Amino acid sequence: MEVKNLTCIGCPMGCFLTVSIEDDRIGVEGNTCPRGADYAKKEVTNPTRIVTSSVRVNGADIARVSVKTASDIPKGKIFDCMKEISAAQMDAPVSIGDVVIENCAGTGVAVIATKNVPCKK
Amino acid sequence: MKQHDIVVIGGGPAGLAAAISAKKAGVSDILILERDSTLGGILNQCIHNGFGLHTFKEELTGPEYAARFIKEAQDMEIPYRLGAMVLSITPEKVITYMSKSEGLVQISAKAVILAMGCRERPRGALNIPGFRPAGIYSAGTAQRLMNIDGYSVGKEVVILGSGDIGLIMARRMTLEGAKVKVVAELMPYSGGLKRNIVQCLNDYGIPLLLSHTVVGIDGKDRLTGVTIAQVDANRQPIPGTEIHYDCDTLLLSCGLIPENELTREIGVEMNRVTSGPNVDDKLQTGVPGVFACGNVLHVHDLVDYVSSEAALAGANAAAFVQNEKTAEKTHKVVIKAENGVRYTVPQTIDVENMSDSVTVRFRVADIYQNRSVCVYYDGKKVSSRKKRVLAPGEMEQVVLKKNSFADYPALSEIVICTEEA
Repeated sequence: MEVKNLTCIGCPMGCFLTVSIEDDRIGVEGNTCPRGADYAKKEVTNPTRIVTSSVRVNGADIARVSVKTASDIPKGKIFDCMKEISAAQMDAPVSIGDVVIENCAGTGVAVIATKNVPCKK
Repeated sequence: MKQHDIVVIGGGPAGLAAAISAKKAGVSDILILERDSTLGGILNQCIHNGFGLHTFKEELTGPEYAARFIKEAQDMEIPYRLGAMVLSITPEKVITYMSKSEGLVQISAKAVILAMGCRERPRGALNIPGFRPAGIYSAGTAQRLMNIDGYSVGKEVVILGSGDIGLIMARRMTLEGAKVKVVAELMPYSGGLKRNIVQCLNDYGIPLLLSHTVVGIDGKDRLTGVTIAQVDANRQPIPGTEIHYDCDTLLLSCGLIPENELTREIGVEMNRVTSGPNVDDKLQTGVPGVFACGNVLHVHDLVDYVSSEAALAGANAAAFVQNEKTAEKTHKVVIKAENGVRYTVPQTIDVENMSDSVTVRFRVADIYQNRSVCVYYDGKKVSSRKKRVLAPGEMEQVVLKKNSFADYPALSEIVICTEEA
């Protein structure tokens, strides 16, 4: 049996959760509401995060345009995604939602711009 | 001298929401003065997500949240000046600003909305001993250098202070390839949101040392290391607990201070706890027609609350302009913060002329569990709400309804406090 300790992020309480995993059975202790159990189960089976970063933008007044993954990606893929994001660049003008990378690190999730960047004045 | 109905000082989230709300309330002669080269304020560099859950029911990044308000202001054709630095505001509401394109300009306003935001507590205010090498930044400065100007700020990092900006920067620098060795926090608890501690520190195995501070700085030209020590209950370093970390960068995330130089010059009464002006339930300062909202009034955790507060200030400024005669009868009552409640905003309420309900926001002094937030009218308890947890890093609120004052025609004092549940 595997045991993991987590802090719940559902509310400011921040319950200290103890999750025990045995085959398909996941037991959660320490939560004081159902949200804690749901959070713990997701975190130990399929933790995901939205990754936000920035990429170089050419021909603009600012050096970087902010970007994010269009939806959450597996937590284990964060650094693979960052590798591709670090190598990417865009040309001004950029609009919010413009696609920077179509399928980032094989996750099937796109990386999109989160800032409107006009051309250099 | 050109006169405007409403001049808004600052084009960040507070200024934008205030201007939009004032325009919706029917005032069209509005001018926003912004010192930066773009609207949106600090949101432009807050590229992480988590903004707008309350306002838009979705998680946006800072620039996306700002863009929605910028677009609304532009669609409504609200005039704004960029690169316009306000130098002074007089009690008569004469505003002097300077800009590259216009030079020195004086305008007057029927109403002024203060929305200048806040700034970070600098190293000089922290009493950190040692040399002053390069490589020591406030967390927000590093955030700007990285996210807008595109500089890599450092490779080996120590962070002092566990405010949200420090936590966000711990993750940000890690993602960009830096090694964040430790986050030290003077207090026995973090002032940051739980979510940020989990997703910015725990996710990347970055340790958080509570009740620790920086006691030594090494390096003359560039930082080469810092020494961290544990502190006692009086926040004094404990000899023998020092740990040395080699690093080239120290980020400071040690609190935000409302930027109120202009406000003080107007001569309004200031609040020692919030470092912002005292305001009434209309978010009006002691000078009639001067309103305040957002982080210049008190530092917020969530931009959503800034937007709603600013919308209220904007609507009230519009009402002030449209209805210049003052109310015939007023009944101002002071709201006192006691027993674990550090402050309230607003600090006074006009129970005669208030709207149907007024939201009073406050912060508590410590982490409390199973404690009640209570409201007293002239010593009589009128409401009590049990909270499982209260923390200084999470702003709280109570809503006071106008009809609750019906039985208190001679009310002189409202107290908001915490009590053992």
